[in-house]
Amino acid sequence: MSANNCCCCGGADPRDQKLQEIIKKYKDTRGALIPVLHEAQEVYGYLPIEVQKKISEELNVPLSEIYGVVTFYTQFSLNPKGKYKISVCMGTACYVKGSGQILDKFKEKLGLEVGECSEDGMFSLEACRCIGACGLAPVITINDDVYGRLVPDDVEGIIKKYKE
Amino acid sequence: MQLYRSHVLVCGGTGCTSSNSEKIIAEFDVQLARNNLQNEVKIVKTGCFGLCAEGPIIVVYPEGAMYTMVKVEDVKEITEEHLLKGRIVKRLLLSSGHDAKDADEASSSLENSEFFKRQMRVALRNCGIINPEQIDEYIAYDGYKALGKALTELKPADVIEILKKSGLRGRGGGGFPTGLKWDFAAKQPEGKKYVCCNADEGDPGAFMDRSVLEGDPHSLIEAMAIAAYAIGSDQGYVYVRAEYPIAVKRLQIAIEQAKEYGLLGKNIFGTDFNFDLEIRLGAGAFVCGEETALMTSVEGHRGEPRPRPPFPAVKGLWDKPTILNNVETYANVPVIILKGAEWFTSIGTEKSKGTKVFAVGGNINNTGLVEVPMGTTLREVVYDIGGGIPKGKKFKAAQTGGPSGGCIPASHLDTPIDYDSLIQLGSMMGSGGLIVMDEDSCMVDIAKFFLEFTVEESCGKCPPCRIGTKRMLEVLERITEGKGEEGDIEKLEILAKNIKASALCGLGQTAPNPVLSTLRYFKDEYMAHVVDKKCPAGVCKSMMKYVIDADACKSCGICAKQCPVSAISGEKKVPYVIDQDKCIKCGVCMEKCPFKAIFKNV
Repeated sequence: MSANNCCCCGGADPRDQKLQEIIKKYKDTRGALIPVLHEAQEVYGYLPIEVQKKISEELNVPLSEIYGVVTFYTQFSLNPKGKYKISVCMGTACYVKGSGQILDKFKEKLGLEVGECSEDGMFSLEACRCIGACGLAPVITINDDVYGRLVPDDVEGIIKKYKE
Repeated sequence: MQLYRSHVLVCGGTGCTSSNSEKIIAEFDVQLARNNLQNEVKIVKTGCFGLCAEGPIIVVYPEGAMYTMVKVEDVKEITEEHLLKGRIVKRLLLSSGHDAKDADEASSSLENSEFFKRQMRVALRNCGIINPEQIDEYIAYDGYKALGKALTELKPADVIEILKKSGLRGRGGGGFPTGLKWDFAAKQPEGKKYVCCNADEGDPGAFMDRSVLEGDPHSLIEAMAIAAYAIGSDQGYVYVRAEYPIAVKRLQIAIEQAKEYGLLGKNIFGTDFNFDLEIRLGAGAFVCGEETALMTSVEGHRGEPRPRPPFPAVKGLWDKPTILNNVETYANVPVIILKGAEWFTSIGTEKSKGTKVFAVGGNINNTGLVEVPMGTTLREVVYDIGGGIPKGKKFKAAQTGGPSGGCIPASHLDTPIDYDSLIQLGSMMGSGGLIVMDEDSCMVDIAKFFLEFTVEESCGKCPPCRIGTKRMLEVLERITEGKGEEGDIEKLEILAKNIKASALCGLGQTAPNPVLSTLRYFKDEYMAHVVDKKCPAGVCKSMMKYVIDADACKSCGICAKQCPVSAISGEKKVPYVIDQDKCIKCGVCMEKCPFKAIFKNV
């Protein structure tokens, strides 16, 4: 990660203050690491190594262990996400109803592979686990919006909506 | 207390929320105010009704009229016609299996529909009936009565005895007797003990636990308190998937309300029983549904399983005796305490008592949640309740048990479903996901899909799972790409046997099941892939080609224009042809051809 991507060294970043508060809240809780990481990711959008270092110092947990936890769970990300996070549900119900084709269409239209973020920071593409909206299969989410009962031809229009 | 002449129940489950039920509620508020009905009609945001395919769902009482696929624009009509003038809006009524001809008939559409008539709701008893964010509504439906009974009338050992007699088995997958599990933990020396709930519903296609959390969170809290009393614990943890934001929020609200009412905390019901409950969020690791991995995760580490024994009932969370049950299991507990073990054993089959919730999805008309007595046949679930397969297609198989389960073919449609019959068929109950597949599904591809899932979700701790499933996937990938070799099927079988025998946890031990069960019932399909290099269902792209029927082709050129890789060429009055070397098999040409002259050649 390049230095200019760093978000919490030097300068007063208001997010650092929030991180301090989160850590303070959980300091005496047993098994605090994962809740802290969840909330830290909410603040920063992802978990860069600098944030992990801070958590390591404050919670007195080795950085290696934190890195191990962050990379173990798919919810935690070491890289920034796009402004619009597209998640295509790959649960079984969606899969048998053609979510694979929906994902392919997004890949084609955005020129992205799963896990990548577009250069302008607008879109990131993910294949996610069942979100439980199986009645609407195949389903995608873009940030908090849910789109269901999709066919591949819907993809272009959806992307267009967010580009504007 | 304010009385209302009419109640409008709007589903606030994830499925219906995804199709705008929040906006519908907001619109009702506007419309009711406009018609000055806000003191006569009450809007209740409930949990899931179960018929997710028809969402968003609204039920208006006292008539019991069920409106389906309601749009925000329809709210005005429902308000002005039904709520103001008492005329049911027939065009929005649930129509499947029921032809509403007059208002009387329409008014009973809810109870009479095939979808609801054949169900028996125990775990889901309050879902779609009460407002989950109001503890008073839960209490009005006998909520916390079972906890009161347990604390004031029963000894911990009595509670365990009732559970044992009821025959309740774990609804999360394994089917271990719940009473026995509690008994092990209760018999450990006194001291710190924990009660945990597994709400990390990771099986793709299963969403029953989410529905209980969203629709009836207090039943879980009550049951966990009863469990804590039974084993002598004072602290509980609910481990919920972070992918379920609505469920987490409602559970949080429920916990706060229970604390306010003194139903959690110190000296509950004036006794010396104390119990506190905390939520822990999962972080997207399927393996954390395994009990020891879940506890490792609650402790704040990578969610890797631990060898058993020692079992969690002896050494669980932070090395203390711990019980872990699934959400649906807990949801049954208060009812059993109130109605008694005998009532519960009167439902179900000899070795599987009670009901089971299934999340029915895939190629089926009525996608949704279904709760039926154990022993109901697959045919009843798929055809009578589920409404059959869309577009008149043929049933090919039902997949149960998620990545740990297997496929049940059409020849076993009449098998009564319970824990033991499913295992005999080479599948398992799992948490209750039931994915229906029609004739267009390729079983080799489905097996590959599940193995991809397991490979990705394997925690990597033990080599049989980490390396073995990967090797199996490689063989399957070869087969589906048309590069299968003689001996591949045998290789799969040997690998499967060894992984089952040697993996550390349940995830690894059951990972080969989707392959084994499809091999058992659909070996001919594997053979077609390996020997004939054909995919009979036309799913595996590399073995299928798109062909233009020269006689049917009118040379309009639409296909050539649509083709993203310019693989189609031709000219006027000459039939078009597809260059198979260029074709990427996207299928656009077939979709767009106005004369249906393009078809898949498998």
